[in-house]
Amino acid sequence: MSGPSDYQPSNPALKWIERRLPIFGLMHSSFVAYPTPRNLNYWWTFGAILSFMLGMQIVTGVILAMHYTPHADLAFRSVELIVRDVNYGWLLRNMHACGASMFFFAVYVHMLRGLYYGSYKEPREVLWILGVIIYLLMMATGFMGYVLPWGQMSFWGATVITNLFSAIPYFGESIVTLLWGGYSVGNPTLNRFFSLHYLLPFLIAGVVVLHVWALHVAGQNNPDGVEAKTEKDTVAFTPYATIKDLFGVSCFVIFYSWFIFYMPNYLGDADNYIPANPGVTPPHIVPEWYYLPFYAILRSIPNKLAGVIAMFSAIIVLAFLPWLDSAKTRSMKYRPLAKQFFWIFVVVCILLGYLGAQPPEGIYVIAGRVLTVCYFAYFLIVLPLLSRIETPRPVPNSIADAVLAKGGKVAVSIAVALVAAGALFAGTLGDARASEGSDRPPGIKWSFAGPFGKFDRGALQRGLKVYKEVCANCHGLSYVAFRNLAEAGGPGYSVAQASAFASEYKIKDGPNDQGEMFERPGRPADYFPSPFPNEQAARAANGGAAPPDLSLITKARSYGRGFPWFIFDFFTQYQEQGPDYVAAVLQGFEEKVPEGVTIPEGSYFNKYFPGHAIKMPKPLSDGQVTYDDGSPTTVAQYAKDVTTFLMWTAEPHMEARKQLGFQVFVFLIIFTGLMYFTKKKVWADAH
Amino acid sequence: MGGVATLWPFISQMNPDASTIAAGAPIEVDLTPVAEGQDIKVFWRGKPIYISHRTKKQIEEARAVNVASLPDPQSDEARVKAGHEQWLVVIGICTHLGCIPIAHEGNYDGFFCPCHGSQYDSSGRIRQGPAPANLPVPPYQFVSDTKIQIG
Repeated sequence: MSGPSDYQPSNPALKWIERRLPIFGLMHSSFVAYPTPRNLNYWWTFGAILSFMLGMQIVTGVILAMHYTPHADLAFRSVELIVRDVNYGWLLRNMHACGASMFFFAVYVHMLRGLYYGSYKEPREVLWILGVIIYLLMMATGFMGYVLPWGQMSFWGATVITNLFSAIPYFGESIVTLLWGGYSVGNPTLNRFFSLHYLLPFLIAGVVVLHVWALHVAGQNNPDGVEAKTEKDTVAFTPYATIKDLFGVSCFVIFYSWFIFYMPNYLGDADNYIPANPGVTPPHIVPEWYYLPFYAILRSIPNKLAGVIAMFSAIIVLAFLPWLDSAKTRSMKYRPLAKQFFWIFVVVCILLGYLGAQPPEGIYVIAGRVLTVCYFAYFLIVLPLLSRIETPRPVPNSIADAVLAKGGKVAVSIAVALVAAGALFAGTLGDARASEGSDRPPGIKWSFAGPFGKFDRGALQRGLKVYKEVCANCHGLSYVAFRNLAEAGGPGYSVAQASAFASEYKIKDGPNDQGEMFERPGRPADYFPSPFPNEQAARAANGGAAPPDLSLITKARSYGRGFPWFIFDFFTQYQEQGPDYVAAVLQGFEEKVPEGVTIPEGSYFNKYFPGHAIKMPKPLSDGQVTYDDGSPTTVAQYAKDVTTFLMWTAEPHMEARKQLGFQVFVFLIIFTGLMYFTKKKVWADAH
Repeated sequence: MGGVATLWPFISQMNPDASTIAAGAPIEVDLTPVAEGQDIKVFWRGKPIYISHRTKKQIEEARAVNVASLPDPQSDEARVKAGHEQWLVVIGICTHLGCIPIAHEGNYDGFFCPCHGSQYDSSGRIRQGPAPANLPVPPYQFVSDTKIQIG
C-alpha cells in the first residue's frame, strides 16, 4: 500500500494471476518491501500480537460454536460438556476464554503506546479513530461472549449492562425490551447475543483491514516521533519487522499459555460456575477485569443517567484526542511534563480498575469520584493545557540520528512494571469477597496443586466413597457420568469396575413400548442420579435452601485473597481457593456459637461459611465412613478426600492440562530463544 | 420511504415475540398462605414480584415519612390498594441496574439491593443509594379479599 509495487513474480502461473489481480504485488509492497522506521521498540510488536490474538479468537470461537448450544436451558451444560467430553475441548475453551483477556491486555498496551508516543497526531487521526472503533467493537464482543456460558455472572452482567440503556430518557424502557426480546434477560437475549458474538469479530477484522490500510498510507509513527525522511531511516518490513514481531508474539504466547495451562480461572469469577438463576442476584456483581475502570466511573456518579453518560464519554473522549492535544512534538520522550502526567494517568486507570472490583461503599466511592475527575482531567485539561505551556526538548533531526544517539536504555523494567500492574489490575476480582466477615479458610497442601500436580488416586477413591455414603443423600453430581470413573486422570478404576459401580444405581428410563417410564440398573454412560427430582423438591426437603449440585462446587466457590496475595498467586499458581474453602466448610461446624453471632432456627454455625449461618447440618463425624486402606477415619481426612474427589469432578482433565502445559512450555521457550537469536542476527547490521 | 419501511421488520423482530407476549398474560395469586410479616416472590413476565404482608409497624413507618423529602415523592397510599393497606405488591427489580433487592434488609425495614447498595423502605420507595426511582408497582387488582390478579 505504499504506491505501485515493482514486484514481478517469476513463476509463469503467478505472472498470469498477477496481471489479472495484482495481489502478490500488494502483499509484497505491504508486508515485504514496506519501509518501517528502524528505531521501533518492542511496544510496536503489539500490533502483530493483536492480529494474532484476533485470529486465535476467531479460530477457537468458530470451533466452540460447533459444540455450543445457545439456549437458556442448555447453554451452561453444553459449555461443561465441551470441557469434559469434546477432545481437547478444555484446551479450546481455555484458549478462547483466556484469549479474550489477553486480547484486551494487548490492546491496552497498544493504546497506551499510542498515547505515549503521540501516534494519534497528524497525519494519523483517522488511523487512531479506527482504532477507537475497533476497541468499542471489542468491548461489545467481549461482553456478549461473557454472557454465553450462562452462569450467574453472565446473566447478571447482561442484566446490569443492558439496563444501562434504560437510563435514556423517554425511550429507555422500550429500547431495553427491544434488546432483550422479552420482559427480562432470557432465552431470546441469549440467542441474539450468540448471533452477534459470532458476527462482530468479522466486523472487527474488517475495521482492522482499514486500520492497517490507514497505517500504511501514513506510515508508522516511531518512538522519536519524527517522520522517516531518507532510506537510512527505515528498514524493510521483511525480514526486519517480521522477525521482531515473531519474537514479540512468541513471548506473548508464553504469557498467554501461563493462563491457558496453569491458571485458566484466575481471570474469571467463581460465580460463573453457578448456572444462571433469575431469582437470585449474586452478592457482588463485577464485570470482567477489562471493563473495571469504566465500571468504576459508572458507579462513582450518583445520578443514573449521568453515570451512564460519563462511562460512555470515558471511551468516546479518546476519539477526540488528536484535537485535544495539539502539541507539535509527537513523542512524550521529548515532553518532560507530559511524560510525568502520562504515568500518573496510567496509575489512575489501574486504581480505577481496582475500585471497580470493590463494593461501592465508604471510602471506595469517594476515591472513585476523585479518580474519575482525574481521568477526565487528563484529556480535557492537562493535555490541552500542556500543549500550550510546555517547552519540549529538541527532537532529533532524523530517525538515523536518534538511533546513533541511543544510549541503550531498555524498556525491560517498564515491561516488568506493566506485567505486575496488569496482574494487579486483573486480580482485583478475587478481592471483592474479602470483607464479608468470615474466617479465611486455612490453606491445605493438595496433591493436585502446582504445575506438576496430580490427583492422589487413593484420595479420589475414598472421596467417592464419602460422597456416595454421605453427600449423595442431598447433593447431586449431575455433570459426572459413571464412565468418567474409568477415565485417565481420574480415580483409576477399570471399565469393569465402573460398570459394576453404575449397576448399583437405579436409573429412570423410558418410555417403553407401553408408554411407561421404568427403572433399570445404571450403565457407564449414565450420569450420577440427583437425589431430588427438581430444585423445588430439593428446597422443600431442606428447609428452604436447595443443596447445590457438587459437580462444579470447587470451582464455583472461592474467597477473597486480597491485596497483595492475588499478585503472588499469579507467580505461585495458587488456584486452590475453592478446595480450601470446601474443605474448611466441612470442618468449620461448631456447637458453641460465639458471642455476638445469632443463628436463626434451622441453621447451624459454621466458622467459614459467609455470614456463618448454614442450612446444612454437620455432615461428617469421626468414624462415619469405613476406609479399607487404613487411612484415618477422621473428619479432617474425610474432608480432604471428598474435596479432592470434588476437584476432580469439577475438572476431570486437570492432569492432562498440566502435562500438556509442561510440554508446550518446553517447546515455547526453545522456540522463543531461537527467534531471539534469529532476530539478533537479522538486525546485526541495522543497529 | 421504501427503505425505512423495509427496515421496520428488521427492527420489529427484536421485540418480544407472540409466545413471549402470551406467556406474559395476567396471573392470579392466592394470598391466604402469606402470614403477617412474611412475603412471597412470584414471577410474572420473567420478573420477580414481591408480595409483602406488612405488619402494623411497617405500615406506620411508611406513612410517617414526609413525602416531600423523598427522592421520588410518592405517598404510601398511592402505592397500595385502599382497604388492603397490609399488602404491598412491587416488582422486585432495583431501578438502578436491575438487580433483585433482598426483602427485610437495610435500614428502612424494606428492601436492600446487594449490587450497588440502594435501600428501599417498607413501601418500596427509594430512600438511599444510586437508584433513581421507587420500586414500580405492577398493574394488579384484588379479585377477592385473598386473591389478586397481576397484569
